[in-house]
Amino acid sequence: MTLQSDLMTKMNMAEALNLALKQEMQRDKTVLVLGEDVGVDGGVFRITDGLLEKFGENRVIDTPLAESGIVGTSIGLSMNGFKPVAEIQFSGFSYLGFDQLAEHASRMRNRSKGRFSCPMVVRMPYGGGVRALEHHSESYETIYAHPPGFKVVIPSRPYDAKGLLISAIRDPDPVIFMEPKRVYRMIKEEVPEEEYTIPLGQANVVQEGSDVTLITYGSMLHTCLPAMEQLSNVSIELIDLRTVKPLDSATVIESVKKTGRCVIVHEAPRTCGIAAELIARINEKAFFNLNAPVERVTGYDTIIPLMQREQEYLPQPAKIVDAINRTMQY
Amino acid sequence: MTLATDFDPMKGKMLQILDKTGKVINKKLEPKLSKQDLLKIYKLMALARRADDKRLKMQRTGRMGTFAESKGQEAAQVPVVMQLTKKDWLVPSFRELPAQITFGLPIENDYLYYMGNEKGMQQIPKDLNMAPISVPVGTQTLHAVGIAWAEKLKKTKNVTVCYFGDGGTSEGDFHEAMNFAGVFKTPVVFICQNNQYAISVPREKQTASKTIAQKAIGYGMEGIQVDGNDPLAMYVAGKYAIEKARKGGGSTLIEAYTYRLANHTTADDATKYRTEKEVKEWEKKDPILRWTTYLKAKKAITDKFIKETDEWVEQEVARATKAAEETPKISIDDIFDYTYETTPQYLEEQKQEVKKYYPE
Ligand SMILES: Cc1ncc(C[n+]2csc(CCOP(=O)(O)OP(=O)(O)O)c2C)c(N)n1
Repeated sequence: MTLQSDLMTKMNMAEALNLALKQEMQRDKTVLVLGEDVGVDGGVFRITDGLLEKFGENRVIDTPLAESGIVGTSIGLSMNGFKPVAEIQFSGFSYLGFDQLAEHASRMRNRSKGRFSCPMVVRMPYGGGVRALEHHSESYETIYAHPPGFKVVIPSRPYDAKGLLISAIRDPDPVIFMEPKRVYRMIKEEVPEEEYTIPLGQANVVQEGSDVTLITYGSMLHTCLPAMEQLSNVSIELIDLRTVKPLDSATVIESVKKTGRCVIVHEAPRTCGIAAELIARINEKAFFNLNAPVERVTGYDTIIPLMQREQEYLPQPAKIVDAINRTMQY
Repeated sequence: MTLATDFDPMKGKMLQILDKTGKVINKKLEPKLSKQDLLKIYKLMALARRADDKRLKMQRTGRMGTFAESKGQEAAQVPVVMQLTKKDWLVPSFRELPAQITFGLPIENDYLYYMGNEKGMQQIPKDLNMAPISVPVGTQTLHAVGIAWAEKLKKTKNVTVCYFGDGGTSEGDFHEAMNFAGVFKTPVVFICQNNQYAISVPREKQTASKTIAQKAIGYGMEGIQVDGNDPLAMYVAGKYAIEKARKGGGSTLIEAYTYRLANHTTADDATKYRTEKEVKEWEKKDPILRWTTYLKAKKAITDKFIKETDEWVEQEVARATKAAEETPKISIDDIFDYTYETTPQYLEEQKQEVKKYYPE
């Protein structure tokens, strides 16, 4: 990707997402934003701030409080010429719309042999670490990665968030776009003013290294970085998946073949997590290149505790450091 | 003729006994409450208000997390729930501190929950049939129907009171609950606290129907719209619906027309979507104000009682705060051991991993 101009602005992820929405709505009149409190309130995290004023209430829609309604009507809108970008207020409430997503959005193309498709995006903040209420902190991306037909995108930083959201909106198939709420206002970085895309399904090699491959995505990138600082003696290749479905196996396999070691970090529960799928693929394609068992540092197979104990649940730099050190012993 | 037909929501009727100044405008319906009950309503509303204020103070000083304020909605809860027995059920959403207190849940349980300590809802007293606070909007309405259905199958006369908001009536689960309740004639009292907003979304944008009460009709159920800031009207409507349910008459939908005199939660800024003028108008309809005026006019309350109640409320809130703040965090075992009745081996291993990092 090359950029025509180099106009950059420092912004956080919330601002980058807002800009992406604004630009796509400007470029394509069929793009609609709908969800609970996305209009007058600008979204509870202010991701859709200012859109109502700019595009009016036919394109920025405060819906009734009904996730199945939001997602189900988005399916119809997308079957009939529009590109809905639906917001689910927290991923923990997306299950009320799961029926529509898994029964219909993911399979409309197949069921109609391509006559219909659902070029829609379902945005939802996910993840812990913000001292939130019950049901507001979980990380269940696996349930969207599992049914065939979705793409599942999870950005980790402002720059990626903008490029990935634009790609998601332009994608011809339904995209589940999970936003790490802990990162919304955590960091600022240079983000181009102009539109750009980052292809879905392409991981980012954040840092090259030769001893061990460290794979993560979403908010956990920001837990991996401090862990790496504590391991200056180890050459770590850090991969940010950016899209958990389709997984960029090629980048992962190439890296693991080179390093022979791998640690995977996610905050989602361990069982059937994205790490499990990655380990299977590494097993299939790079088994004989491994020097050490692949390690995973994940959330546990319990409900994420409320705020007094959530840090104990979430992966912490110390756990990542230990996992890397264990693989280095081989 | 029943109370619900007298106040047919399709004819634009709303049940009101006290007007907003606290004057009786429907003498015929004024219930003959004992002095003790009149004062009980006062005490519980005052306690709930202060307990809510205290939460806000704690939240603002970092001693509590985000929570949903109940200020202004006391009358929609206290006068109904006080009519329940210990065998009845309360199925709340998340804005029911007054209902919880009335039903008998210690205030510290609510505090703990919003302080991020699971014990608050895990340790609901065993003799209290209260479902835990339910955050996913509208979903608990189905549980209420199931619970009430179980009571019916067990041939008891116990009723279930279920609370939810105006926004909650948009969820499919609400409609399925109403439909099941109609079909199986379950003893549920559905109470929609129509506080005019679901976060920023005003009631008119939530549903095109004129009232929420009238939604009951489509499910073969009675619905009644009630001034939710009028404790007497809520008492009477609650009594009607509870007695009907006890007698096997099935469910009723009560729409308590009210207002939250606060932000949606402590993470919200209501000035973004409500005018100051509107809030000021509703402040004049404050249920506690109205109730005090009524009791004074009736000479049922003395300044001395008000002062003593004030002191009692202060002590009770301080006691609950202390109890909550002195309660230790849940243990690491607690994080794992309530996933299943017996903790499987793989979870046991994960637990040991956490303990290695957080020795107790
Ligand atoms: C299923 C679900 N969707 C979204 C949310 C986020 N949320 C919490 S409260 C709320 C508004 C609820 O409005 P209403 O039902 O009227 O109750 P109120 O908050 O006004 O008491 C929303 C959208 C949620 N908790 N659950």
